[in-house]
Amino acid sequence: MLSTNYPETEFGDLHRRLFALRVGLLLVVGLLGLRLWHLQILEGPYYRDLSENNRTRQVLLEPARGLIYDRNGVLLANNVSSFSLYVTLEDVKDREVLIQQLSELLGLDPTLVRKKLAIKGSKLLPRKIKDRMTLRDATLVESRRLDMPGVMIQVESQRNYPGGLIASHLLGYVGEISADQLEKPEFADLHQGSIVGQYGIEKSYDRHMRGMAGQKNVEVDALGHEKKSSVIEKPQAGNDLYLTIDVRLQKLAEDLLGEEQGAIVALDPNNGDILAMASRPAFDPNVLSRELTAKQWVEIVQDEGRPLNNRASQGQYPPGSIFKIPMAVAALETKTMSPSSTVHCTGGYQFGKRLYRDWKAGGHGYVDLHNALVHSCDVYFYSIGQRMGIDVIAEFGKDFGLGRPTGVELPSERSGIMPTPAWKQKVKREQWLPGETISAAIGQGFVTVTPLQMASIIGTVANDGVNYRPRLVQAVMDRATGNLQELPAVPRGKVNAQPETFRIIKDALADVVTKGTATRARSSMVTIGGKTGTAQVAALRTGPEESIPKKFRDHAWFVAFAPVESPKIVVAVLAEHMGHGGVAAAPLAKEVIETYMKLAPQAPVVISELSGVSRHDRSSFKDS
Amino acid sequence: MIDRLTEHRGLDGFDIRYVSLMLAILAIGVLSIYSVTQGQQNGLTPYYLKQLMWIGLGAAAFLIMWASDYHQLARFAYPAYAFILLMLVFVLFEGRTSKGAQRWIAMGPLSFQPSEFAKLILVLVLAHYYSKAPRVGWLQRVIVPGLLVLPGLLLILKQPDLGSGLSFVAIYAAMLLMVGVRSQAIGFILLFGIMLFPFAWEGVWGSLHDYQRQRIMAFVDPGYDPSGKGYHALQSKIAIGSGELLGKGLYGGTQSQLKFLPEGHTDFVFAVFAEEWGFLGVLVLLGLFVGLIWLSLEIASKAKDQLGALLAAGIVAMLCFCVVVNIGMTAGMFPIVGIPLPLVSYGGSATIMTMASLGLLLNVKRKRLSLFY
Repeated sequence: MLSTNYPETEFGDLHRRLFALRVGLLLVVGLLGLRLWHLQILEGPYYRDLSENNRTRQVLLEPARGLIYDRNGVLLANNVSSFSLYVTLEDVKDREVLIQQLSELLGLDPTLVRKKLAIKGSKLLPRKIKDRMTLRDATLVESRRLDMPGVMIQVESQRNYPGGLIASHLLGYVGEISADQLEKPEFADLHQGSIVGQYGIEKSYDRHMRGMAGQKNVEVDALGHEKKSSVIEKPQAGNDLYLTIDVRLQKLAEDLLGEEQGAIVALDPNNGDILAMASRPAFDPNVLSRELTAKQWVEIVQDEGRPLNNRASQGQYPPGSIFKIPMAVAALETKTMSPSSTVHCTGGYQFGKRLYRDWKAGGHGYVDLHNALVHSCDVYFYSIGQRMGIDVIAEFGKDFGLGRPTGVELPSERSGIMPTPAWKQKVKREQWLPGETISAAIGQGFVTVTPLQMASIIGTVANDGVNYRPRLVQAVMDRATGNLQELPAVPRGKVNAQPETFRIIKDALADVVTKGTATRARSSMVTIGGKTGTAQVAALRTGPEESIPKKFRDHAWFVAFAPVESPKIVVAVLAEHMGHGGVAAAPLAKEVIETYMKLAPQAPVVISELSGVSRHDRSSFKDS
Repeated sequence: MIDRLTEHRGLDGFDIRYVSLMLAILAIGVLSIYSVTQGQQNGLTPYYLKQLMWIGLGAAAFLIMWASDYHQLARFAYPAYAFILLMLVFVLFEGRTSKGAQRWIAMGPLSFQPSEFAKLILVLVLAHYYSKAPRVGWLQRVIVPGLLVLPGLLLILKQPDLGSGLSFVAIYAAMLLMVGVRSQAIGFILLFGIMLFPFAWEGVWGSLHDYQRQRIMAFVDPGYDPSGKGYHALQSKIAIGSGELLGKGLYGGTQSQLKFLPEGHTDFVFAVFAEEWGFLGVLVLLGLFVGLIWLSLEIASKAKDQLGALLAAGIVAMLCFCVVVNIGMTAGMFPIVGIPLPLVSYGGSATIMTMASLGLLLNVKRKRLSLFY
């Protein structure tokens, strides 16, 4: 029989217990089955959804930004391919480890990476960490991707300005949308990492050039590796812009200014087209469109030459003697003076206790309006200014567009100041002093203007009082429809004066160039009319010009129009701290005018063929 | 008598149903491992081929156990236990560390996990202990065997290997239950408590805050789920649930194929299978397991002596425990403790040990037919 150390009954118990175990087994397996039925049958569709979401990542397809051309179709801004680094938080195992890996691999600032990862939003949405990566960096990341789940390299289009510094102020630059911008309604359809215009035309025409992002669904594994992808919505490229500038003239204007600080604006007076708008010093929009380090930013912002300042539309200077043009119009129109009536200039004008000096010691003798303009006699204008009063002066100044923005399509345009007693009371909380009218009469004191406003004034004169809003964009090419929409010239206002008045003024301005203060602008090619000006920087002038430190020297102004008979171009030149306008500014205006008259507008132009423009190799991914 | 003779004439108790069930489950394992690791290279040999190799070794162990005599084996129970305890000590100092636990002893290109073999040896030790003399009274019934279990248990928990540790407790509880304690309720409560724990878990565990769970888990099993956010458990539930009734088909499991599911070929192989074969496949697999266990229980109840019965019961309890806890944990009813699914999960030590155990079970059956030993 069975040998056992246990009593028979107890061994029999074992059988009973084994039976209990069977019952227990069935019970437990039954419960497992129930649980699985619950998971797979009852909640199956829910988990199926979860598993679909698990493996698909929605990746935005950034649209190609609209291109920018000059008036002859020369490419000024385009897009080139570049590598961007994205991180999908959902796939990241340990955020801090990843931040450390990335900063070691690419030399990124860990706090910056941390900040970018911390931007709120779905964990499934990839966050852009770096763009414009070098091929080397992209390869490095790609080769280490197994160690860094969630990291993705995307090829994207990157804004590129083939001309480098050319027209940088008016083109502007692009940059990643800021947190503040994201909150605003006009950026509602954008997202973190979107590229928007941050300056210049890029900013003001951003809505046109931005395009619409598309979307693709990418099936990824748990390491964030792309397995399959399907495009849900194609990105819609932004619209192209055709500017009014002629890049050859633009480059000339910039080269004329060279290392000096200043601005040159050239307009077509017949429609307001800006043919050139130069401001120096300039910046490289290619650099600014990239992500800058805090240090780089500080360097640019603290640069004494303020390269980010568009002096043409944002620089405000006293107009100096250029202001004598609207003064002359006012004098004739108000009948304060007839063309032939004269003022005796002895080299100074006594008003109250103060003697207001003429720039020419000894004076000009008896001068009529024509000669007052040709020789820029200060005493003549002191006299008529005092007789007309500041309110009348301001009225004509405003007719010429002073004290308000021209409305050019550039962000943050400044308006300058056309002072009145009411203005002074409001802003300075002081009473207007009669002597201030005398200063204003020759464009000193409180009066300030931008070079663009100056170009607009001379344009108005050239166009016999009709003023067009200066514009930079002449046509928009709709990428979706292929339609080229030409934008009409916008009249800005009219100076209501007799044609005779403008004839007299233009005659005088022509003589300024032939025998007056701006003989250096005289051209053998074309008749030019113009007016010199000097904007005082420091009130007290001691000793000869050369002995004054440069930053206290006066700004040189010159405005011109040509040909005198039927003007096709007007130019305003401002050269900071360069002294007298007739010496420093007039020759530059002449160059611009002569070049413009020589240019055959329809000749094909390639920007990279212009001297001094570096060729941009688009096929390589060099760290530019 | 007739029944006994007919069987004896055949392959000496070589139960074809039993072996078929085992092979069927092994096949499901290889298929799932193949599916989830396709294209994934571990050294030069694909996982499924390596698993086939382990199964080959396991088959050898199965046959050796089947051909041996469990009475002879039981004699070596204590020395074997002493040896495995030494290995467990050794593994603490020299073991290979993987995923935060030090469980493996490297032997050339292979590595083995002493804690797996310790389970089978523990069954042998306890069966031997109880069958040698009538262990009467609390001290002999409960305390002394408890002291036998303790060193092994502590060494395993030190690794840490919570899964094997729980298996140790389960085996002890099952043996106690089989020999009977004065108050049998205690044994039942102990065993079913462990088995039913998964179902109570959802209620208790689910009511805790995330950080509380993480704290508890960090205490119980540090390093298993390093992200600590229930990632494994969630991905596993998604895998199983998304399989629905019919499954996504072979290679169709996005959760496992796209590697959302961690440890797809080892501890979570059930989720891979459930995702690809759906609820129907799950029922088939559960049926196979129930069949195998049912036959094992039959062997236990028909064993010709106390030692055989206890051996068989211990092995069955071990098998049951692993199956229930593994499926329970992949289905999100239980914290993730790292117990492989017997015969299905990839792993040399576990596969060989399980097949050896089943061989020993058949040996118990074979020996009941022979009159002399």
